[in-house]
Amino acid sequence: MKEKHTVEIIKNKKIAKNTFKMIILAPLVASEAKAGQFLNVFCKRGDLLLPRPISICEIDIKLNTVTLVYAVVGKGTAEFAKMLSGEQIDIMGPLGNGFYIDETNNNHLIIGGGIGVAPLLELVKNLKGNKTVYLGFNTEPYLIDEFNRYADEIRITVENKIETGDGSLETGDGSLSESKDGTEKESLGTVFFGSDNNSGMSQKVPSPMTLKGNVMDLIKENTPKADMIYACGPKPMLEAINGWAEEKEIEAQFSMEERMACGIGACLVCTCKIKKDEDREWQNYRVCKDGPVFYRDEVMWE
Amino acid sequence: MSKCDTRIKIAGVEFKNPVMTASGTFGSGKEYGEYVDINRLGAVVTKGVSSALWKGNDAPRIAETYGGILNSVGLQNPGVEEFIEKDIKFLRQFDTKIIVNIVGRTVEEYCEVARRLSSEDIDLVELNISCPNVKEGGVAFGTDPQMIEYVTKEVKKNLRHPLIVKLSPNVTDIVEMAKAAVDGGADAISMINTLIGMAIDIHKKRPVLANTIGGLSGPAIKPVALRMVYQVAKAIDIPIIGMGGIMSGEDAIGFILAGATAVAIGTANFTNPRATIDVIGGIENYLTENNIKNIQEIRGLAQVK
Repeated sequence: MKEKHTVEIIKNKKIAKNTFKMIILAPLVASEAKAGQFLNVFCKRGDLLLPRPISICEIDIKLNTVTLVYAVVGKGTAEFAKMLSGEQIDIMGPLGNGFYIDETNNNHLIIGGGIGVAPLLELVKNLKGNKTVYLGFNTEPYLIDEFNRYADEIRITVENKIETGDGSLETGDGSLSESKDGTEKESLGTVFFGSDNNSGMSQKVPSPMTLKGNVMDLIKENTPKADMIYACGPKPMLEAINGWAEEKEIEAQFSMEERMACGIGACLVCTCKIKKDEDREWQNYRVCKDGPVFYRDEVMWE
Repeated sequence: MSKCDTRIKIAGVEFKNPVMTASGTFGSGKEYGEYVDINRLGAVVTKGVSSALWKGNDAPRIAETYGGILNSVGLQNPGVEEFIEKDIKFLRQFDTKIIVNIVGRTVEEYCEVARRLSSEDIDLVELNISCPNVKEGGVAFGTDPQMIEYVTKEVKKNLRHPLIVKLSPNVTDIVEMAKAAVDGGADAISMINTLIGMAIDIHKKRPVLANTIGGLSGPAIKPVALRMVYQVAKAIDIPIIGMGGIMSGEDAIGFILAGATAVAIGTANFTNPRATIDVIGGIENYLTENNIKNIQEIRGLAQVK
């Protein structure tokens, strides 16, 4: 029988503003989890009744560990952020369905926005073929080195101002950024940094440059080729990707996000409007149990 | 020492223990069945079922508050035919009682579901006239004593099984509502449904729930639920299924001491998927430690004359 169980925190550290990486020793999860699934993580505070659904970022079957990358968005995640290695935490899972990996696809376009990048890392590790990764952040990028290890091409954008090391500030108005000395930074799409997967992963790869804008700017400027898109991030981002993918006739898998309660499909709280059947109208599907990954053409956009 | 007797009876139906699931929190047991042995439960109270498919409200449907949760699911369900085909068939595999929660927009819709269920192999029906998340039916019926009596009477006419009427706490005088259900012919009362509440996202400056308002449940409402069970138990003679924020065996014992015959576990399932089983264990421990042979001995003991 499945159960909520207690695991040990191996590591819990801040990796960006309001963003943390927690590694847990969880053999039961590591042995069955796959990319795109999530865990229910429980709070210690008695007044916080609901588990927090946190997507699985990395799975290490050899070390029996699972990595969770989470944003501090409320009291529960703030509690997680304070926890130390060696402490115990209650979890349940893996929950939900992961991404579907079709071995016949060769060109993969992986797009993440904000904390939505987290479940894509394990996916990128597992995909075979050419992997183009576009990651968009609000202020500060993270997990870049990790993605860079497995991606063939990686491009990063930041939407709002970043405080840079030299004291220059990028504007948040969407215009091309300028540093304090007035030099214009390179425009989108002109930089390309790719890792060479075939030459072995021990080789140090250069970090990609971060550009101003969002992932849609990257897509429009670079018009990447893909047999399948995998995306996770804010709904407006997914909707925009859907529009582009529809035009280009590219299939896409979207990992949807919604506020959850039970996490196992019983309470019908985390619904997403889905149209699976041509003959039937849309229905409210459960993000936790039927998803969180849905094909883009199934999702009803508001 | 011999094991204590936790069996109870409601409307002639015997339950192996007084612990049930609260409607809407447990589906029809399929999902939680991977975490708990359904055979151990006194009863499974299913999610509300209507005559035809209801899509429910838009998301977000949930907000967490201090010691509670607000939901506005809006009684999403596939309709009674699919429910019978899938859910009753599933539940009948287990040695537990089946209580089907029914919903409707009109009295006729409630009666239609009751008629359809009358030919099915279930144990009791729970009349949901207390859901705060639908515009018609639901709480609109459950806050007017004349309407409670009328809808209870009409559904009873169309139903072969015993009927539990689930009361809303969103009323001035809960005893008046309970008496109206008794006058309508209710075989038992379940109480309380959720309290109407809301949460505001101060960053978006908007209500959290897409439906603006929702139903509050969880330990935050337990004192209110307990008070209402206590008052109703004093005033009526039919069995009460008490619920509202029960998280442990001790909480459940409190409701039984207030006068409830049985208890239902709702929100606690989300915090602990084994909450129902843990409550059963907690009740047994309490009875054993206090040398009480039969759970029925303590019902209503906290009532002050």
